[in-house]
Formats: sequence, C-alpha cells, structure tokens
Amino acid sequence: MVPILTLAADGTDRVMLGGAYVVDDFALVFKGFFLLASYVTILMSMDYIADGDYKEAEFYFLMLISVVGMMVMSSSRELITIFVALETISIPTYLLAGWRKHDERSSEASVKYFLYGALSSAVMLYGMSFVYGLSGSTLLADISVWAGNGDIGVIGTLAILLTLVGFAFKISAVPFHFWAPDTYEGAPTPVTAFLSVSSKAGGFVGMIVLVYAAFAPDPAAWQTFMWVIAAASMTVGNVVALRQKNVVRMLAYSSIAQAGYMLVPFAVAPDGDTAVAFQATIVYILIYGIMNLGAFACVIAIARRTRSANIESFSGLFYTSPTLTVALTAFLFSLAGIPVLAGWYGKFVVFASVLDAGNTWAIVLGVVVAVNSVIAFFYYGNVCRVMWFHKPVDGDAHPIRVPAALRLGIALTMIGTLVVGAFPQLVAHVSDLAPFAPTFGG
Amino acid sequence: MNGFEDWALTLLVFLPLVGAAVVVAIPRSEEGLIKIAALGFSVATLAVAIGVIADFDFDKGGDIQMEVNKTWISVINANYHLGIDGISLPLLVLSAIIIPLCIIYSWNHFPAPHNPKAFLALMLILETGMIGTFAALDLVLFFVFFEVVLLPMFFMIGVWGGPDREYASIKFFLFTMFGSALMLISFLAVYFLSDPHTFNMLELQQSGALDISRATANLVFAGMFMGFAIKVPMFPFHTWLPDAHTQAPTQGSVILAAVLLKLGTYGFVRIAIPILPGAAHDWAPWIGLLAVIGIIYGALNCLAQTDMKRLIAFSSVAHMGFVMLGIATLTDIGINAAIFGMVAHGLITGMLFFIAGSVKERYHTLEMKRLGGLILQAPRLGWLLGFTCMASLGLPGLAGFWGEFPAILAAYSPAAGLSTEVFRSFMVVAAIGTVLAAAYLLWMLQRVGMGHIPDEWKDHRIADVQTSEWLAWVPLLVMIVVLGVVPAILMGTTDDAVQGIVKVIAAAGK
Repeated sequence: MVPILTLAADGTDRVMLGGAYVVDDFALVFKGFFLLASYVTILMSMDYIADGDYKEAEFYFLMLISVVGMMVMSSSRELITIFVALETISIPTYLLAGWRKHDERSSEASVKYFLYGALSSAVMLYGMSFVYGLSGSTLLADISVWAGNGDIGVIGTLAILLTLVGFAFKISAVPFHFWAPDTYEGAPTPVTAFLSVSSKAGGFVGMIVLVYAAFAPDPAAWQTFMWVIAAASMTVGNVVALRQKNVVRMLAYSSIAQAGYMLVPFAVAPDGDTAVAFQATIVYILIYGIMNLGAFACVIAIARRTRSANIESFSGLFYTSPTLTVALTAFLFSLAGIPVLAGWYGKFVVFASVLDAGNTWAIVLGVVVAVNSVIAFFYYGNVCRVMWFHKPVDGDAHPIRVPAALRLGIALTMIGTLVVGAFPQLVAHVSDLAPFAPTFGG
Repeated sequence: MNGFEDWALTLLVFLPLVGAAVVVAIPRSEEGLIKIAALGFSVATLAVAIGVIADFDFDKGGDIQMEVNKTWISVINANYHLGIDGISLPLLVLSAIIIPLCIIYSWNHFPAPHNPKAFLALMLILETGMIGTFAALDLVLFFVFFEVVLLPMFFMIGVWGGPDREYASIKFFLFTMFGSALMLISFLAVYFLSDPHTFNMLELQQSGALDISRATANLVFAGMFMGFAIKVPMFPFHTWLPDAHTQAPTQGSVILAAVLLKLGTYGFVRIAIPILPGAAHDWAPWIGLLAVIGIIYGALNCLAQTDMKRLIAFSSVAHMGFVMLGIATLTDIGINAAIFGMVAHGLITGMLFFIAGSVKERYHTLEMKRLGGLILQAPRLGWLLGFTCMASLGLPGLAGFWGEFPAILAAYSPAAGLSTEVFRSFMVVAAIGTVLAAAYLLWMLQRVGMGHIPDEWKDHRIADVQTSEWLAWVPLLVMIVVLGVVPAILMGTTDDAVQGIVKVIAAAGK
C-alpha cells in the first residue's frame, strides 16, 4: 500500500505542473526534492510503524498531507498561501510527533512542538498582517515594490522581522530552537527524520521565497537578523551537540547547526552576487536532505537491535555490522563536510558565497563557519570512534538484520551522497535558477 | 602512444579505488583472495606508473604532460584537470611503489584486530587520494584528493593502532581538518580574486592572472601555509605527528612518513609558491626560520626519546625541516634538493618504520632500554637497521645525502632579494642539525643494534628477516643506493620543472 501511495504522490508532481500559482524551476526542484525525501522517509517508517503497535494508515495519511503542504509551499508566491502551506506542513507533524502515545516523552514532544508552533504561527501571522497593512497587498511582487520604496519605517522593519521569526522557528534556528531537541528525541525516529529534513526544508523554502522575492529590496531590515541567527545557530548547535549522549539528540543539535550553515548565504546575499548566495542555500538544503535522511535511516536500523540511540550502545558496531557502520560513518562525515561525500560541496558553496561578498562581516561569518566545521567533527567523529574503535559491549556478535525497505532507503541516500559528492554538477544545476525578479537595493 | 597518454593518469588514480571496491565485495572469509586482489590491483597500478615513466618525455620535464582537462563542476569553473611534470612524477611513482610494498609486508603482519579486508581497502583508497593529489592541476580537485587521504588514515590509526590510538587519530584529524579549512578559504579567495575566475593552477601561475596587492597575497598565502605546514608538519604545528606515528600500525607509519607528509611540501612547490611568488618572497625568511627551528628542535627531541618509533617520528620533523629550508631559499638548487629530500626521506624513513615494526613484532616493545644486541640476535635485521640509519643521517653515496647537502648549500646564496646574512645563519644552524642527526641515529643504532643481548631476551629465539619482509624491503634498499650513487636520475627529471618555478619567482621578486 505504501509504495502505491508514494507513487500516487509522485504522480501529483506532473499533475501540479500546470497547477495554481507559480510553477517555475525553483518550485519544481523543491517539489522533486520533497517527494524523494518523503519517499525515503516512508521507506524508513514501514517497519518501524508496523513493528510497534501503531495506527498505520493514519500515519501515512498525515505524512502525505504534510507533503502536500510542502508542494504548495514551493509554488506559493503570496502571503496567505504561504501561511496556509506552512500550517498544512506543521499541523500533521504535531500529531505525528506524538504517535508513540504510550510513551510519555513522545507526548511531551508533541505538546511542546504544538505549543511553540502555535505561538510562532501567531507571531508570524501578526507580522504578515502588518506587512499587508503597510504594503496593501499580499502578493510578494507587490510587497517587494513596497520594500523598495525607500524608508519603510520601524513598523515595516518590525513586520518583516516578525514574519521571519515564524520561519526561524520552523527551521529551528537559535534562539527559536528550544522545541527541537526534546521533540526530536521523543518523536518516533522516522518522524524526527521527516521533521529535520522535509519540514525544515519546507520552512527554508518559505524563507527563501519571502526574502528573495519580497523583502530583498530592503536588506537593512533583515540582514543583521540573519547574520545573528546564522552565527548563533551554528555555534550553539555545535557546542551543545558536543555534550550529547544520545545519537538522535546529537543529530537534533547538529541539524540546528546545519540550519545555521544554510542561513549564512542569506546574511551575505546583499553584499555579493545574489545568485551565488541564493543557489548556495538551495544546494545546501538538497545535499543536507540526502545525507541527513541517510544518517537517520542508519540510526533507525541500528536502534532496532540496541533498543536505544545511546552512543554507548553503538560500541564496536564495526565488528558486528560493518556495512551499516560504514554507511553511518559516511553520512556523518558527509555532514561534517569531508570530500568526496556530498557534504563538502554544500560547505564549499557556503564558503564561496561568503568570499564572494568579501566584506568584513561576511569574512567574520566565514571564520565562524570554519571554526564550527572543526567543532562539528568532534561529535560526528565521536560516534564513529565509538563504533569503530571500541569493543562490542554485550558480546553480541550477530549482525543486525536490516529490513528490505530500510535497506533500500539507506542504499538510495548512500548513492545520492556519493554521486552528488563526486559530481556536484548534478545539484549545482540549480544554477539555472535565477533569483526571483527583485534585486537588492542599497 | 597517444591513446595511452589520454587515460593513463585517470587509470592510475582510480585503479586503486576499483581495487578497494573489489576487496570490499569479496566475503570476509576469503582472506587469501582478498590479499591477492589487493596486491594485484596495487601492482597493476605500479605497472601503469611504470608505463607513465616510459612514456614521459624527460627532455621536456618542465612541461605538463599527459594532461587531461574535462569539465567537472561548470558552475564554479572547476575542472577534472590532471597532468604531471618533472616535479610530480617522482612523488607519484613513490606512492605507487610504497603501497604494494606495504601490502606485501602486511601478508602475515596484520596488526590486531586483523580484519585484512577493511585494512587493505583503506590502503587502496589512500593510494587513490595520494596519486590524485600529485596529479591534480585544479585547486578544487587537489583539495578533494587532499581530503580523501584523511579518512582512511584516521581509521587506520584509530582501529589498528597502539594503546593511545583514539587520542592520536582524533588529534591527527583535527589538526589536518583545521589546516585544510583555511587552505580551502585561500583557494576560494584565489578564485574570486583572479580574472577571469579560475581554479586552474597553470593559468593562475601566469603573471597577470592574479593581480592583487602584496598585502592580500600575503594573507592568502598565510591560509595555504597553514594547510600545508600542518601537513608537512613544520614546527610548531608538528605535535600531531609523533602521536600519530607512534600509535599507527607499521604500514600506517610507513605510508604517513613516505607519502602523506610530502603532500604538504608538494603543495608549497606546486601551488603556494608559483601562484603567489611575491608573497612567497615575503614569507621565505619566516619559513626558513621555522624550518631550522624544526631541524634543531626535532633533533633535540630525538635525543630525549626512549621509544624507537617516537625517535624516528621526531627525526621526520628534522628531515622535513631540511626540505622546507630548501624550498625557502627559492632557488633552483634548493627546490631540487627539497624534492630529492622528499623522495629520499620517503624511502629511508619508510624503511626505518618497517624495521621498527619488525622489531616491535619480535620483542613486543620499542622501549630502547629493553632492547639491544639486535645484530647478534638477528644479524640481518640489525645490519639493515645500521644501513638505514647511515642513509638517514646523510652518508654520501646514499640517497639521504642528496636531500640534505644541496639544501644547506642553497642556503648559502638564496634567491635574489632574500637576505643572504639570514640564510647563511640558517645554513650554519642546519649544519649543526646534521651533526645532531648523526648523534641521535647512531645513538639509536648503538642502543638497539649493538651491545649485549639483554637478559630478558637471552632465551628467546628472535627470527631474522623473513621472506615477506625481504620482498617489501629490497626495492626500497635498492632505490636508496641507486639514488645515492646516481642522483642525476631524479635531479635531471625535476630540474626543468623547478627552473620554470624559479623563473616565476624571479619575475615577481623585482
């Protein structure tokens, strides 16, 4: 049933080609990405959901609703549609986070996520209403004209910031990240993968559209904000991740840090070639999606036996399940940005956007990225250290049996990681995507 | 032979990788088959390398040969651009020789926890990274190969290493990661500052491609310097090396000493100096200073060591100091000496680590206090140690001499524009370094090789050199002698290319 559902979703891609709103290359790239990501997520969920005593049909139903929200998001170029899309993405995930309903932590995850989500939606809607009130339109094209009119005043700046805060929550940027670690840890792991990849990318798409298509002409209003949350996300995410004892929680903090890398091009975009920065974020999101899904798939596979995602329980995995260990190692080092795994190209384009801007603030941010890359290696490397260098704990020498669907998911993401790493031209193809019409003003 | 030239380098780079894939595909229980496959692929790579030597036009050593230039990542103008000249050829061949020798040595010397499959696969991946780095002519491609080397080494030390392996492997990784992050930033800076934007090393070397102020150039050079100097390693960035060497398995130490360290010095000769000759001029006295500090500091540290492997590791710091001093003179003779030094150090120190590994296997310790009388107990092994020590301390007639002596000579008259006084004082210090080198190497030989057999080992039978060891070592020994007697083989190959670089420097020095 699941593959059919997925294929049906795959079919909608073509149907929506002529659909409402803008269907440009940007929208298509992300639609494709969301479909593939959800396909892999569903592969990861199949055995997890079937093994536990969970409702299956509703699970996939909700997940697909959320995917529909992402589809809409990548095409929408208007405030209300963006808001509706964001809520369509979010509301099903509030439920999904609490799917393990006999587990207190899962319920906590769900409630926490819901409360923070509702609050941030309210803040965002408040901001949007100001934007509408000031610009007189909900169409992004009209808003960009308003933003380019010179002085938009304190209220205008406030309106833009409030709107962006909503998205900062969605992508779990510091300081709007407090929900993420608890939710990621408590939610069923496939849902965590979904939240940290698809749902996060959904938030980023909204952010990209808003910033580049609407707010671009007035960078003074948001550039500092972006700089600060980018630097804070990277630093806080990485430093806190160092101290985690649970792999899923560590991945949660690492995904906060990764969001920071993706925000970097926003912060430097007005000073350099806009196209470079615009593409850098997109390329990074695509690559991040592939490798992070892979990492989660491996963790799910391993946790099937160890029954926990505690780092210690990964000891000596290399001796019992070498293939799985090599796979997880590859994904983690890809996240750390080691060539020839895909992640290096993401880092590379981020550095390129920073150096293209070339002014002092951009360079400072670049140094922050560099230092953080080294910090990040510590905790990614730590997991690998435990898996490779330690002896198995319980002396259980049987290899972990990985179900076919999960194996397929790992294989797909692994191929993606290697191929993209060796031939970055494939994702770099988004260079054909020109940024949306409005250009940056002073 | 035109067809061969088109694909020779690509084959050379990726054949080991294919080998690694094949090794991974063989089930773990088929140990013999795994070893044969790994050896087969590495020997095939060596055969291709010999083919490359045969095809290489030695009269035009200064020109890039067998060039391959295909679009790779068109967005950022990065190309799949390979090619070799007289400078890269010897190092490329050295890498292709060392790996099969290590595999032969591994035949029945697998360090715990055994697992030949993973061990050999990592070794082959390493080979791809090393050969790729020496053949790359595109900065991005160079960076990728440079980094590919990291992971296999990290795991080699971490899984198969000694008691402190976790600490050593992570230290190794973090140091090099940090350096390469700064190096990457410098590469990107070069890209954005050049007009038109390019990562092509050859284009960047032409004057006018990179029209930037001296101050900016110095800053960019600093980034590259960090990346390469950590890899060399130069004082004061060398602290990862003794740990990595001491903890690594024998094969890991050999590869590390023989080839990996050369990636850093090669980076200076191939990238940093020709692309930023002006900045190289400004930096040269400082590089020279760090180099001689490295020579003396490494030598003094050697004298304080009680562990044989650690001593050899510090001797690497000293030897690489000579190489860097040669480079810092920015003269024809100095850079030629540096490249000779790289190859000679690769052969000799690789050999020393092999012997240390074999000693460790027989005595289960490298603590020099507990060793002694090796020449009495295992005469062949003992004399080999003696021979290699002589080569290492720069005895004329053996390879080590031609790396050290011309480097010191070059410091007598450095390139125009560099202070003669400063470099002459470097020369004096370096000369003192050679005396110290003789002291610590002879001291090691005396404590390990000579004297009486300690009571602890009196009743043990210590096996002399075994067949697999002979097979792995004889090629190294032969090359040490041949290069020592006829240095022109190597000098003649590198000279044309080096003169090209010196011309670039001279043009910028005015």
